[in-house]
Parts: sequence; C-alpha cells; structure tokens
Amino acid sequence: MAVSSAAPKRDKAGRPIIAVTGMGVVTSLGVGKSDNWAKLTAGQSGIRRISRFPLDSLRTTIAGAVNDVYQDYMPPAELSERIALLAGDEAIAEAGIGTKGRFPGPLFLALPPLEIEWHYRIAMADSAKLNEDAGYPDLTRVAREPQFAPIYESLKYGIIGEHLAVHFGTEGSPISLTTACASGASAIQLGVEAIRRGECQAALALGADGSLTPESLVRFSLLSALSTQNDPPEQASKPFSKNRDGFVLAEGAAALVLEDLDHARARGARVLGILEGCGEKSDSFHRTRSSPDGKPIIACMRNALADAGVGPEDVDYINAHGTSTPENDKMEHLGVSAVFGEHIRGIPISSNKSMIGHTLTAAGAVEAVFSLLTLEHQRIPPTINHNVPDPAIALDVVPNVARDARVRRAISNSFGFGGQNVCLVMTREPA
Amino acid sequence: MTERREVWITGVGLLTCLGDGLEATWNRLERGDPPPYDDKSFAPYIVHPLGPVNFDKQIPKKSDQRQMETWQRVGVYTAGLALSDAGIAGKPDLLDHTDMIVAAGGGERDIAVDTAILSGVRKVNQPGAFLNERLMNDLRPTLFLAQLPNLLAGNISLVQGVVGSSRTFMGEESAGVDAVRVALARIAAGQSELTLVGGAYNGARWDVLLAFELGNVLLKGKFAPVWDRGPEGGIAFATMGAFIVLESREHAQARGARARARISQVYSDRNMRQPGESEAALRRQWEAIADKVDRAHAVIISGAAGLEPATSAERHVLQGIGLPVRNTATYIGHGVDTQFMANLGIACAVIEHGKLFAPTGSGDLGESPPGLSQAIVTSVGNWRGEGLALIERVD
Repeated sequence: MAVSSAAPKRDKAGRPIIAVTGMGVVTSLGVGKSDNWAKLTAGQSGIRRISRFPLDSLRTTIAGAVNDVYQDYMPPAELSERIALLAGDEAIAEAGIGTKGRFPGPLFLALPPLEIEWHYRIAMADSAKLNEDAGYPDLTRVAREPQFAPIYESLKYGIIGEHLAVHFGTEGSPISLTTACASGASAIQLGVEAIRRGECQAALALGADGSLTPESLVRFSLLSALSTQNDPPEQASKPFSKNRDGFVLAEGAAALVLEDLDHARARGARVLGILEGCGEKSDSFHRTRSSPDGKPIIACMRNALADAGVGPEDVDYINAHGTSTPENDKMEHLGVSAVFGEHIRGIPISSNKSMIGHTLTAAGAVEAVFSLLTLEHQRIPPTINHNVPDPAIALDVVPNVARDARVRRAISNSFGFGGQNVCLVMTREPA
Repeated sequence: MTERREVWITGVGLLTCLGDGLEATWNRLERGDPPPYDDKSFAPYIVHPLGPVNFDKQIPKKSDQRQMETWQRVGVYTAGLALSDAGIAGKPDLLDHTDMIVAAGGGERDIAVDTAILSGVRKVNQPGAFLNERLMNDLRPTLFLAQLPNLLAGNISLVQGVVGSSRTFMGEESAGVDAVRVALARIAAGQSELTLVGGAYNGARWDVLLAFELGNVLLKGKFAPVWDRGPEGGIAFATMGAFIVLESREHAQARGARARARISQVYSDRNMRQPGESEAALRRQWEAIADKVDRAHAVIISGAAGLEPATSAERHVLQGIGLPVRNTATYIGHGVDTQFMANLGIACAVIEHGKLFAPTGSGDLGESPPGLSQAIVTSVGNWRGEGLALIERVD
C-alpha cells in the first residue's frame, strides 16, 4: 500500500472505513448495473411465465428468471456460476482493482445448495437397465460409468467458489455460505469484518442464485410461500399490498468490491458508497415464521444502526426485505415501526422484489447494490403493483413510481428461513 | 487494530460411532477398541453408523425432531452437548450473544419418493409433467426445511436458543476448517466473545454414497486403517456430529468457565490438488506454526481420510515433521464438513488427559511424550480442504 502522510481514516469505533468501489448485478431485468437501474427506476417488472420447463400440475407458473443468460438445460450450478462471474467481472472492472486475474483479497460467496439434477438421476436409472424399480443402490452401481464422471465435481459445494476464485484470482480459501434469504447480506458482512480485522484491504462479496427448477419451485410452493396470481405475471409481486399472496421465485447475482477507504483513496479509486454497518440477530421462534413480537428483526436493525454508530433519525431510506408474503410484510412493518418510531412516517421504504421477485440467496447482495445506486443517483426505485394498499401497513412504500429524494443513508433488510436476519447500513462517501 | 485476544475452547460436543459424548469417544479411543463399522447395510460400501442415541435428551419436543432429518437431529443434539459442556445451555443471557458458524451440506433426500419417481418417470411420454405431478403430490412440505444447509443452524437457534448470529459455510472439509478459522479470527479481534462452531453429517445413506461413488472415492470390500488402504483406498463415511464452543479468555474467566484448551492458530488455503499440491499446502501450513510448537510436548491429530494419493502425501509430511501421530478416521470414519471439529474435540481430550490414544495402522507414529501440552490438528479432505490448527493446554 502506498505510504500516505495523512492519518488513517477510521469510523466512530476506530475501525477501517469500508468503501464500495465496484458493483455488478444480473437479474431478470437484465445484465449489468445500467440496464437494471434504468428498468428498476422505470418501474418495469422482470417477472414472466416460466419457459424453462413444463408447468403441468404447478400452482405457480411464473418467476423472475435470468433468461438473458440461461441456455437450454443449463443446470443451476452452472447458471449460478455464470451469473456470479458476470456480476463479479463487472464489479472488478468498475473498481479497477488488482491486475487481470488477480484480485487482492478474499472471496465471500453466497450460493444455493447443490444437488444431483433429475435428468442425471434419470440417465443413471436408464443406464442401470432396469425395467421396474430403480433405487439408489442401482444408480450407485452405474455411477462410475464414464459418462457420469463430470457430475462428480459439479456436486461439490466448494466447486463454484473454486472456479470463481481461480477466475478472479482471489486470495486464500474462498468461503461459500448460506443463510437462506439473508445469504447475500451475510457475504457482505463477512467481507466487512475481514477488512475491519485488518486481514485484508479488499474483499469480493458475491451472491448468486440461478436455481429455478421444478423441484425448487415445488418446495417453496408446498410451503405456501409463493404467489399463485400467475396472470399477468408482472403484477404478481405486490409487497405491502392488501392482496399480496406470496413471493415470486427469482434468480439473480450481485457483486461488491469492498475496500478499506484509505486503500481506495490511495490508489485513486472512485468511491461508490460506504458500507457503514452490519447487524444480525437470529430468531428462535419458528423455522419459517418470525417471532410475533418482531423482537429478532427489531434487534437486527438496531444492531446494524449501532454498528454504524447512527440512530434511527439518521436514516433516509429503507430498502425493504418486502417479499410480498402476508407474513413478511406484516412483520417488517411491525419491525420498522418499532425501530424508527415516529420517524417512520417520513422515511420512504420500497421493495425491489416488486419488480425482480425474490432472488433468494442473491437477494441481500442484489438489494445492497440497488441501495447504493439509490444513494448514488438520489432516486428511489418504487414498489410497483401497489394498487390496493393494506390499511394495516401505514408506510410510504414509494408506490408505483420512482422518486427523486435526498438520501444520505439507507438500510437494507434481509430476513431468512431458519430465523437468519441481517441488516446493512450504507451511506455516501464521507468528506 | 486491537491486540489479538486469547481464545479458549470451553465446550465440546461429540457424537460418533464410538459413543455419545467426548468422554465415551475418548474411552474407546484410549482402549484402542476395534472400530465399529457396518459393511452389510450398504455393501459393498463400508460406513460408520451411530450407535444408540436418545435424541430426547437434547431435543425434548418430538414435534421438533419430526421436522428434522437425521443430520439435523445429530447436529442439534451435539450442539446441545457442546453448550452444556461450556455451561451456556439454558442461559438466555449468554445464548443471546452466542454467535454460530455451522459447516454443512444438507440435502438429505426422501429416498422412497425419489425411487418411486425414477421408476415411473421412465414409463411415461411426458416425463416433465410426470415429475411435476409427483413432486407436488409426494414431497412432504417440511422436507425442504430438513434439506436446507442453513436449517441446521436454524434448528439450533430454535431448540437450543442460540441467537447471537448464524452463518452456514458450505464446501465440504474446507467449510469446516474455515468455520473454525473465521470464528477464531472474530473472537481474537473482538468481533465476538462466544461462538458455537460445528457441523453434522449423515454418511450412512444412499444419496451420499451415490454422490461420492461418482468420483470413485468410497472404501469397498474389506476394512483397513486409513493408512493401509493402498492405492485403491477409499473413504468410509460416517454419521457424526461435532461442535465446539470458542470463547475469549476474558469472557470465559468472567463467568468462571474452564478451558478445555487454547486454540491459537487455524490455517486454510486453496489448492487444486495437482500432483504435489496437497503435500505442499500442508507443509506451508506447518511452517507457519512451526516456531510456536514445543516439539518435546507436541503431538499431531491427523485428519487423513484414507483416500489416495492425499493420505500418502499427508503421511509423508507428518513423517518429515517427526512428531507422534494419531489418525481418527480409522476409528470414527470420515464426516466431511464435521471431521475437523470432531478432531479438534478429540484433540482437547488428548490435551486434557495428557496422552495419546492407541495407534491404528502404519501411519500412526510414536508414543505420548511426557507433559503433552500441544496438539496440531490436520485436515486433508476428500477433494480439497487442507487445513491445520494448533491447540494448547491452558496452565
């Protein structure tokens, strides 16, 4: 690092300040920041009828698929890796950090779990040449036939991280993680913590989810988590509306180059924003539902504000988790009302998921990028499909149309199955 | 940066084929009992299944147990053992700021549903439509929650009340090493006081065996110690759970908790297992701690899994180091994400008892040194996952 005569910049707690110097994003709206931002602030939806597989017997037939990237029969592992790579390349190019194929820091990667695909299982059952029942022992008997060899590495939970670490040239052991729908935010938090510890001066945080398959759709469907208002697809995701009936499954990826502010300035990098604080709190109430008193999500947001060293009155915008499920939006309303008190009436809160659906593992990273773009452009993306307000939710959800506003600081919420909650606090570059 | 703080292991929870709890496992290791394995249920593959365990002791509600698959029950149970051992269990004021990092894969499938679908799907003209119909009708709604990797942590929050924070790392043995590495770094830097780290694995199931048979890594036919499985050697997977509680010395002393050991260093790295890389990675990690090792009083607890050439590469490095060596996988099998934490738990027992357990196989070297006070724990995964930790007696 360049020797500087200036004293190192530190936050209120005496820690390195975490700058964001590069961002990349892929969603159903498109590939890249500029395309996504233009469509997001135009209130466009990326939700479409699913074209990837047959829809017979399914209650939900819509999704926010990354159709710009998907190619026929691409398995989720390959699609997730592809969109992670696109987002990461965009972020690193913008940051202009390191040299080609050598990123000077670790990789934290939020990913969906991987499994053997059905078409492979079926191919193995065919190969076992059984006319009747084909069980796992039969599949195992033919598993070493050469045509199945490529499946082996694709099933390693670490393989995408390894491929990406090689591609980006990140340092050390790449960490692949999941905290369900909070995963993308957890990846950012791990990067922030590593820089604060002084282990590194830069980190690459990535979240990617390209796992739209019949089985993933069925799994969420059986938990009654998905919207079944399939027609028209663009209007299904309606966070905070009275007629909301579930989330829309979606794919996406986002990457953030996190960097010690001193390091960024020393190399003359453009600072896109500051990752000022992170908060977590787990919920011990239920596997899929929030504690009815909202205490864990309230504590999560308060932990994030405390970590940033700011108060509720310092927040100008809330990027909601806002899934469009009856449960989440009610609990998030309860949570933000408790944390922000009377201030909440003056704080716009919008849900990107109204347009891109719920990108699951990637959501925390995707929505952090959109929050930082909100700060950069001083323009708040809307909550679309807000035609039937829920009288029980008295929030300024930036209904239907984007809004120019003075936004000095934003928070982004991520609440996951399994009670894993993360909140991020972001602000603009300090003087 | 603040000074690096001292970190203790104040709790261990272990459930292996050798028994329920660290002491049960230690007692059989010390006696050198023949390892319990099952070469019939999944023949020709050999696995190390769990012995009898009463999950009610740590998961009192049957409704909770029903919502989990085996790997989650094993993990929640073992996490409970570790929390009890550390004196945290049932204490909301401590659990409220207990962080958690779990290493997990998950994905436990409903074998009966899969088998029925595989039989039917190949007889119909529209397999896609058939698949949708069967999945919609036959999958149990809650099975999804028993498959998600992060729902082991979720269930620990729910049943054991650990709610400080929760993260789940995926990536086989590397995930286990990195979970401990990050937990140690966070506490040492003052980002956490108290962290529960661990994992659980159910290797006695056909979907796991299928996933690994694709890579031809399974031990078949005749059981042998990991060092002596030969060039066609393989892994005997296990069902096991292992959790450890890491805690800052200040926090532990303030609440009167005792240290099972100090954890001083954890290293992980990335290599692609090109010829010689596994060996070089372990050697690099050893060199990083070598000057902190008191050679007269140190031993090595090896994570060798029995797969070649990685096991021979590790043996070569360990022989060069020249300290006494014991492997664990011959006794308890291989638990992938969980193995490193299990070996750290066993290393705590080695430190506390001041002696090694009985050797098994030609790579187990040397005898217990008098005044044994340090243990180096290695990890060499089934595919990647070279790692190393140093733990020490707290005097």
